[in-house]
Amino acid sequence: MTGSKSEGGGMRSPMATGKVARRPGYRRVVAFALALFAGLLMAIAPAIAADTGLKGTVKDPTSGAGIAGVVITSEGDGFTESATTGADGKWAIALPGEGTYTVTLDTTSLPSGLGLANPERGTTSIDAYSGQVKTILFPLGDGSAPAPGSEAASKWSQIPQLTVDGIIFGIVIALAAVGLSLVFGTTKLTNFAHGELIALGALLTFFFSSIVGLPLVIAIVVAVLASAFIGGWVQNRVLWKQLRMRGTGLIAALVVSIGLGFFIRYFFLFVFGGQTRQFDEFAGQAGIEIGPVLITPKDLIASFVGVILIGLTTYWLLRTKAGKATRAVADNPALASASGIEVEKVISTVWILGAGLAAFSGVMIGLQSGVSWYMGFQVLLLVFAGTVLGGLGTAFGAIIGSLIVGVLIQLSTLVIPTELKYVGALVVLILILLIRPEGILGRRERIG
Amino acid sequence: MDWLTVFQNSLTQMIGVSAIIYCLAALGLNIQFGYTGLLNFGQAGFAAIGAYAIAVTVATLGWPLWLALFFGILGAIIFALLLGIPTLRLRADYLAIVTIAAAEIIRQVARAVSLNDYFGGSDGISGKYAADWYALNPLPVGIDTALIRFSRNDLWVVINGWTLVAVIVLITWLLMRSPWGRVLKSIREDEDAVRSLGKNVYLYKMQALTLGGVIGAFAGVIFAVAAQSVQPDNYSTTLTFFAYAVLILGGAARVFGPVVGSMIFWFLLVFVGQALNNAVKAGYISSSILRPDQVGQIQFMLVGLGLMALMIYRPQGIFGDEKELALDER
Repeated sequence: MTGSKSEGGGMRSPMATGKVARRPGYRRVVAFALALFAGLLMAIAPAIAADTGLKGTVKDPTSGAGIAGVVITSEGDGFTESATTGADGKWAIALPGEGTYTVTLDTTSLPSGLGLANPERGTTSIDAYSGQVKTILFPLGDGSAPAPGSEAASKWSQIPQLTVDGIIFGIVIALAAVGLSLVFGTTKLTNFAHGELIALGALLTFFFSSIVGLPLVIAIVVAVLASAFIGGWVQNRVLWKQLRMRGTGLIAALVVSIGLGFFIRYFFLFVFGGQTRQFDEFAGQAGIEIGPVLITPKDLIASFVGVILIGLTTYWLLRTKAGKATRAVADNPALASASGIEVEKVISTVWILGAGLAAFSGVMIGLQSGVSWYMGFQVLLLVFAGTVLGGLGTAFGAIIGSLIVGVLIQLSTLVIPTELKYVGALVVLILILLIRPEGILGRRERIG
Repeated sequence: MDWLTVFQNSLTQMIGVSAIIYCLAALGLNIQFGYTGLLNFGQAGFAAIGAYAIAVTVATLGWPLWLALFFGILGAIIFALLLGIPTLRLRADYLAIVTIAAAEIIRQVARAVSLNDYFGGSDGISGKYAADWYALNPLPVGIDTALIRFSRNDLWVVINGWTLVAVIVLITWLLMRSPWGRVLKSIREDEDAVRSLGKNVYLYKMQALTLGGVIGAFAGVIFAVAAQSVQPDNYSTTLTFFAYAVLILGGAARVFGPVVGSMIFWFLLVFVGQALNNAVKAGYISSSILRPDQVGQIQFMLVGLGLMALMIYRPQGIFGDEKELALDER
């Protein structure tokens, strides 16, 4: 980029001025894809609708087998109902209607040697909506959770655990950040709707696993591919490519992405409802101890897959022709176009790749802490923090920056209250801009 | 379906407290985004500072209202400086990212359990903040006609609120005719050209950010006084996005843009919400398609779509001048 103002013509790609060959078939494909997407999401709502109630499974943390005879009580406005788990550990309570209820697990009914993994979570308060059955989980442990006082003394011994948690969280952020950064690099769009791609991946995984009934692993693969297609190819094709051809300015496009994100978020709320749900499989998985660190197998495997995906992306960017073309477009779209690179094709590829990676990032969050309509926007600011820290527009910087943000968030809980850990990361974001605005791997000219 | 009530509620909200709050937030954004081209996505943070300054000073500390107002303005100025110093030398989208993050910081700190004693956690602070000010109300009764309906207290807030809006509109108009305002507009058009004329662009941007932020804080002040309570989640990014929708609808870089935009925005929002609600209740729309608690979600989706459509097809809004808003090239 020469860095001159008139040259950085915003969303306008060199293709914009030329005639665009419009194949009529494309329109139909796009319309079909949109209809499919709407159909899929609409299908979620009625499928969930059933009687109002609560359900769950109490499982032995080590063997994973259901525990029979555990008493669960739900209380609400003039309503009390108890249920006892069956041989498979399952229980269900029908509720009289909408309202706020408390659900309590009677710890005395548990087999000896078992207790709640988190003693403070023995009673939860929930908002029930009519026509919805909520899943309530009570993860069990050996019942010997540390007393609150002993926590402070062993603060430093938490560092390995927090670091590992931080790296996993960093991988989650990095997966989303790569797409954000590549899209910014190639089209100069600061996409505030990127968080919704994260949520899309998780929501589609929930749809394919819990409603269609596919095994979770297959559901994840299908959901990531579907997100890459809908959130990447279709989104670029239907919206952003059209805006580039119209010559919409950078800032206008930024505001458009905000409106789009807002729309999609409330669309998700509309079809999915306001609560956080867990995937049916592996929901209450017990952790395994590796040295001083406790980690659940699902997190371990998901992070491993995440690292492989990031590695493959890096390899693709560095070694393949398409990857080199992508970096060329990010560097100078006009020159890249003049050298015979199909800029629009590269941008389309980047969108597909970015949406797929973000979808897997959403799957990882879903495995850890459940799926909700708001999950994407919640992480988005941290993704921005990672991206800016590494240098906006550089894929490698985004990866490194995200890992730093992830570890930093977890380690900061040693010093500040856990509920404020994201605040710490956002403060760091602002400080980084003060000291080194171009980020760790960014180049000074990028910031204009 | 009771169309008269729907119409009455919509008209009332069109000139009601919400319209005033979002008008003020958008007036601040107009100076920052409309005239200077600064992408402040943290207007909710400025409003939160104004609201919490009132709540904490009056309800928690028991100090007078005028002092609270002073703290609100001071807080907004400090916040603007904190945001501006690292970002105003950088490209526009950095300011967007940092301001949206900073507003979230404020909201999360305000709702933190560990700071419950100061900010009241997620429940916020309620109390008779402005009892003295409400006592000044000379009006004997409220208004209750077929078209609009306000209680006595609401009418007092509305009259004072629109007076404040009028004063700020007048100040904006005077400022933007002045040499100072012309520098702001030229910064929006071409920063380098202004710099080459020997103007300190950074300083002008900082002044615009601060002024717009203080006006945003007034939005929070009115919110807190009218509701007699503050809740942190009222100051989420939604407030900022709505304010942008209001500004762009009315027309950015137009003195009356935010005023007209806010009125139309709230009329449409309430009208659609109430009409849908009534339609569901009357059975015109089956509740298997739309439950009454989902009407708000439809409203929000429409705001999102509206913001997109405006930005794509009519970025100058209703009254804006397309030539004035060269939003490209920054």
